[in-house]
Amino acid sequence: MPTLTIDGKQVTVEPGTTVIQAAEKLGIFVPRYCYHPGLSIAGNCRICLVEVEKMPKLQIACNTPVADGMVVRTVSEKVNQGRQSVLEFLLINHPLDCPVCDQSGECDLQNFYMAYGLYDPRFREEKVKKAKAVPLGPTVMLDAERCILCSRCVRFTDEISKTGELGIFNRGDQAEIGLYPGKELDNRYSGNVVDICPVGALTDRDFRFKARVWYLSSSPSVCNGCSQGCNIDLHYVLDRPHLANGARVMRVKPRHNPEVNQWWICDEGRYGYKFIDQGRLRQVLHRGTEISWEEALGQMAAGLSGARTEGKQASVAVLASAQLTTEELYLVRKLFVDSLGVAQCSAQVPAKPGTSDDFLMKGDKNPNTAGAELLGLMGSDPARFDLIERALDGQVSALWVFGHDLVELFGEEKVKRLSEKLCQLVFVGSNGNGTSRYAHWVLPSAVYAEKDGTFVNCHGRVQRIVKAFEPLTDSRPEWEILLTLFRRLEIPVPWKGPEEIFAGLGAGIPAFAGMTYEKVGLQGVHVC
Amino acid sequence: MRRKRELTFWERLYVPEIIRGTWLTSRHFFRNLFLHTAHRFGLLKGIPAAVTFQYPEQPRPLAPRFRSRHRLTAREEGTPRCVGCMLCETVCPARCITIVAGEHPDPNVEKYPVRFDIDLGVCVYCGYCVEVCPEDAIRMDTNILDVAAYSRDGMKLDIHELMDPALRKPLAECKLKFPHRCAIHGGGERGSWEAVYNQTGSDPAGSDPIRG
Repeated sequence: MPTLTIDGKQVTVEPGTTVIQAAEKLGIFVPRYCYHPGLSIAGNCRICLVEVEKMPKLQIACNTPVADGMVVRTVSEKVNQGRQSVLEFLLINHPLDCPVCDQSGECDLQNFYMAYGLYDPRFREEKVKKAKAVPLGPTVMLDAERCILCSRCVRFTDEISKTGELGIFNRGDQAEIGLYPGKELDNRYSGNVVDICPVGALTDRDFRFKARVWYLSSSPSVCNGCSQGCNIDLHYVLDRPHLANGARVMRVKPRHNPEVNQWWICDEGRYGYKFIDQGRLRQVLHRGTEISWEEALGQMAAGLSGARTEGKQASVAVLASAQLTTEELYLVRKLFVDSLGVAQCSAQVPAKPGTSDDFLMKGDKNPNTAGAELLGLMGSDPARFDLIERALDGQVSALWVFGHDLVELFGEEKVKRLSEKLCQLVFVGSNGNGTSRYAHWVLPSAVYAEKDGTFVNCHGRVQRIVKAFEPLTDSRPEWEILLTLFRRLEIPVPWKGPEEIFAGLGAGIPAFAGMTYEKVGLQGVHVC
Repeated sequence: MRRKRELTFWERLYVPEIIRGTWLTSRHFFRNLFLHTAHRFGLLKGIPAAVTFQYPEQPRPLAPRFRSRHRLTAREEGTPRCVGCMLCETVCPARCITIVAGEHPDPNVEKYPVRFDIDLGVCVYCGYCVEVCPEDAIRMDTNILDVAAYSRDGMKLDIHELMDPALRKPLAECKLKFPHRCAIHGGGERGSWEAVYNQTGSDPAGSDPIRG
C-alpha cells in the first residue's frame, strides 16, 4: 500500500486512491467544484490544484492517483496562485448577482474566492449572456449564467438517478447545461442536483426566495417519509415569521450516511415536510369543544382505569402507528398491553404501499415499522385486521387511534358508524385528517421535528431524530401524553423523557440491548 | 457629577440675583432686537444675531448626509429598485425591516419585494440598511424627521409609504401597480405586472414571466 506525505503528514492508503481522498483521510480539505465523492471523477474544474514534488506543474488532486513516496503540498504560494487563476477564469462569465442568488451564503464560489480570490479583477470585456430562471422541471430552476460547468448534475443524472436528462451543450464560452430535447428533469431524485451544484446555477424551486440561507438553523433528523429512514437535516427559521407565511421548516437537505442514503434523498422525502407547519391540530377537543389537557387526560385515565378494575380490557382497542418513535411505541406497549392488559393493540393497518424503487424509496411509508415489529406491535395476526369490524359489532367500546386516517383506510361510511357505535374514539395525532373529524376526543401531538426519539429503518438500523424546535401551541409529544397517563393511572415508571425511555428499552428489549442515545449517535447503529 | 453648591450669602439675599438674571435676559433681548432691526436695514450684517426657527412652519436646514425617514427608490416604470436580497433585513441591528421576496418577470432582475415594512418605532436610524444596499434601493434622504403616531402600529411603514414618502396615514388609496401584499386592502395580494408594463408600453426584457 502506498504511503505518501501530504502537508508534512504521512498517510497510507489503498492503491488507486486519489490525492484528494488521501488528503480527506488526513482531514485536509482541498477545494473542489467538480469532484464529488458520490460521483465519477471529471477533473474539469481545476480548483483542486496541489503541488506534487518532482512534477513540473501543479496537479489536480481529484484525478491524481497516489504513489509511494509522493510528497504533496496543498498549501503553498504556487498552489494559491494556481487556484486564484482558476477562479479568475471561472468568474469570467459569472454574473455576480449574489444578492438575488439563493445559493449565496452556501456557495463554493463565494467561499473559495474568500480564500484565493483575485480581489482586483482584470476582466474588462462583455460577459456572455445566457438564459436565466429557466425551470428544468417541477423542482429545479436553472441559471445558465451562474453555471461553472463542473458537470456534477450531468453525472448525477447519468450515474445515480440513471435518467440522463441533463447534458452540456455548445462549446467554448457558449457551453451551457441543458435538457436533452423532449426531456424534463422530473425524476424521483431531481432535488439532489441542487444540493450537489456548488454554485447557484441549479436552485430549488420550492425554496426559491423563501429565505436567505444565513437565516436557517439546522437540526439533524431522519426522514419520516418511508421505512428507508434517510438521514436529513431540517433547515428551519423560528425568528422571522414573515417568511413563507410563518412556516418554520424551510427545506430538507440530505445528511451523509454511507450505510443508509449516502448523499441523497428522494424528492418525496425532500418536499414532504410541509405537514410540519400546515394543517396542524392546535386544540384539545372533546366532541368539537375545546377542553384543557388536564381535564382530557383525567377523563382518559378514568376511562382506562375503569376498564382495568372492571376487567373489561377486551372492550379497549389501540391502533398505534409506525409513525411513532420507538420510545413511544414502547410506552404504548407498556401502558396498554403490559400494564392494563389490553390485547387488541397493534400498529398494523391495511395501508396501500406507496411508490418504491430499488434505491431509496420504500413502499412502506412509515419510518418505524421495524421498530413496531421488534416491540411485537406489528404481528400478522389476522384478528387484528378486523378490529374495525369487531368495533362495529359492538365488541369494542373505546378505541385509541394514533395518527391513522381511518377514513382513508376504511372509508367514510364505516368511520361514521364507528363514531356512533363507540363510547370513546380517541385520536392522538399531529395533523387534522378523517379520523380527527369523527373522533370524540382529539389530542394534538407533536410531529417528528418537535420531539426526540429513534426510528428503526427497514434494514434494522436504529437512528436518532433530534428535536429541532418546540411543539406548536398546545400540542404535546406522544411520549409526554403517555407518561402523563402512566402518572394518572398511578402506574410507576422510572422515566422522565425519551432518552431515559430509550435506555429502559435498551435494558428491556433484547434487540436494543445496551443501546443509549450516545451509542446510537447521529449515524445510527444496527439492532442486535 | 457636580455636587450641589451651597449658596453664598449674596446669592441668598435673592433680590440682587433676580435683578442680575433679568439684566442678562434683557441684554440678549435688546441686543437681538437691535441687531435684527439693523439687519433689516442692511446694517451690521457682519454681527450675527440669535435665530429662532419657527418650527414646524419653518424647517431647519439639514446637513446633506442627515439620516431621515427611509424611502425606496423606484425604477422608471414605478416599481421598486429593491431586489429583495434581504441584506438590509440581515444587517439591521434593530431588526425593524420585514421583507418578503417574490418573482420578478424580468429574469435579469429576478427578485423584488412583495412586502417591505419598516417599523420606525424600533428603527435606530443607524443607516446600515442604506450602506449595505447593493442596488441603491433604500435611502434615508426624505428629510422627514417628524415621525409621530398615536399607536405602535402607526409607526410601521409599509411599501406604499416607502415608495411614496409624501403619503400620510391613514392610507386610503393604493397607487402601486406591481403585485404586492397590500396592507391597505387587508394584506392580500394586489396588482399585476401587466398593469405596470402596459402603462409604460415597455416589456420586461427578453423572456416570459416565470411564476414559482
